[in-house]
Amino acid sequence: MAHAASQVASDVEGSPRGAAIRLRGLRKEFGSVVAVDLVDLDVEDGEFLTMLGPSGSGKTTVLRMIAGFVIPTAGRVELGGVDVTARPPFDRDVNTVFQDYALFPHMSVQENVEYGMRVRNVERGQRRRRAVEALDSVQLGGYGARRPSELSGGQRQRVALARALVNRPKVLLLDEPLGALDLKLREQMQVELKGIQRQVGITFVFVTHDQQEALTMSDRIAVFHDGRIEQVGPPAEVYERPATEFVAGFVGTSNLLRGAAARTVLGRDGIWSVRPEKIRVLDPGGVAETGLRFADGVVREVVYVGDVTRFVVELDAGGELVALQQNLHTSSSDVLAFRGRAVRLVWRPEHEFEVGAGTAGSPPAGGA
Amino acid sequence: MTFSRRAKALFGLGAGIALAFIYAPLIVVLVNSFNVSKVFSWPPRGFTTVWWHKALVNQGVRTAVLTSVKAGLGATAIALLLGSMFSVAVVRYRWFGREALSLVVILPIALPGIVTGIALNSAFRTVLQPLGISFGLFTVVLGHATFCIVVVFNNVAARLRRTGQSLQEASMDLGATTWQTLRFVTFPAVRSALVAGALLSFALSFDEIVVTSFTAGPGIQTLPQWIFNNLFRPNQAPIVNAVAGALIVLFIIPVYLAQRLSEPAGGRI
Repeated sequence: MAHAASQVASDVEGSPRGAAIRLRGLRKEFGSVVAVDLVDLDVEDGEFLTMLGPSGSGKTTVLRMIAGFVIPTAGRVELGGVDVTARPPFDRDVNTVFQDYALFPHMSVQENVEYGMRVRNVERGQRRRRAVEALDSVQLGGYGARRPSELSGGQRQRVALARALVNRPKVLLLDEPLGALDLKLREQMQVELKGIQRQVGITFVFVTHDQQEALTMSDRIAVFHDGRIEQVGPPAEVYERPATEFVAGFVGTSNLLRGAAARTVLGRDGIWSVRPEKIRVLDPGGVAETGLRFADGVVREVVYVGDVTRFVVELDAGGELVALQQNLHTSSSDVLAFRGRAVRLVWRPEHEFEVGAGTAGSPPAGGA
Repeated sequence: MTFSRRAKALFGLGAGIALAFIYAPLIVVLVNSFNVSKVFSWPPRGFTTVWWHKALVNQGVRTAVLTSVKAGLGATAIALLLGSMFSVAVVRYRWFGREALSLVVILPIALPGIVTGIALNSAFRTVLQPLGISFGLFTVVLGHATFCIVVVFNNVAARLRRTGQSLQEASMDLGATTWQTLRFVTFPAVRSALVAGALLSFALSFDEIVVTSFTAGPGIQTLPQWIFNNLFRPNQAPIVNAVAGALIVLFIIPVYLAQRLSEPAGGRI
């Protein structure tokens, strides 16, 4: 959504730190397929920006255009105010952590980390010292002599990170670097990555399709859809005030009220959404304090997730809403008994938000 | 379970027959090379190493081996250069006609040698001879190179496809120029595939006879040709056996190495 993006862009231009990356009118066609269309984006110096979107939404292509692996069909890539659109990858002050790590299998861990300095003719002693430091900083001190094939997935990931960071680039690009890790390690690495970013102060551009990851780590999130940016903003804003129906659905559960349901429950037209955790599940006719919104319905499905339970409620007014309840005083047998029961859903009106139709060009509804 | 055991026995029998088909004749040749009798005879009448000794000092054999080695090395060198360049072009770059050409380049190995031979013969006659290059060892090298290129191309292209683009990208991303990337990353990645391709093409060239007879000039005789010409001379037959026996033993080594090197685990050389 060009409008939202340019709004952000003008905000950033006014900031004293300036833009580490500036993308203008970026477009990429592969044959007849338009992978990226009119992307405008500014990334501040020292910022952790996440490009979030489903596969095929163009986020990785944008990353690869910043790195220089993909030449844009149209538009401009600026790094630190310098137009680098036509420069090859080795002539840009960015480094990439690849999805498959891309560690050189015929080199040791130490040689991998030294590689960037080696091809730039950094003196041997300094090269060695910096590589050792970099490996220490990712908790891999003493692993230098090993081959990448002798490391676990998480360790390879760290080597890839050290190999990129040791060159002290202005910008670090990360292409779904946690995708191959299991959940526990993934969550641990999310915290670590964020910590490292804060420590080194380098601009991070992080690509992921995992909304949870994006919400956890980012200063700002750019949500991609069909080659365009639908919304750019801090995690809370993207989550609480999604600009479009797509963003509402992709970042969290969409939970939409539309048409007749919207008119009956909210007394308004349009498409509205409420996040599941904002909704309380009460007995039918249960107290509704004044000023609260409520909707009656029947529980169609109960999903017990351990810490929380997910209720899928079919509304009498049409449509359905998902409500998320913490299992504070309930156990699985308690909540499973809810299936088929009539309930009343209650939430506060300020937690409703209207979502645009999702077509490019429509103004972000919650932006005001 | 009974069925699976029976199936197992059946497949085992099949494998045994296949192996016997392939190796029984080779064993006969080896045994005959130590046979006292001058004619191919079974069972062998006694043990002798005289044929091996005669083969070793035979001038014709020596010249033929030298010619074959020269032809093999020449053809392999050309194949390494052109085959690896072609595989990089096909795997790493997209261009018009890429798919078609990558099929066309492997055709020579499928074409009957006689066709390749005739084609090369008339091509050399009409193109090279007017340029003053007559039939000789050089034309044999060129002829062998046509199918050796395929072997190198196949090996290197497969390796390039398997290693993917991302190592090269990582290298460039870390600041390496195209040349540095080729030297530090691409070449080490395909090195063992190059060695495997070289070994196989040398082996292919070494036993080639059809294309050779169409491209060799007068006085040029490769080892296979020498064998073919001497096989039916009563005095030479046992020497031929010894030469063949030596070849069997010698050629197990490069083929085994090539096999190991083309496997992904078959690390570095």
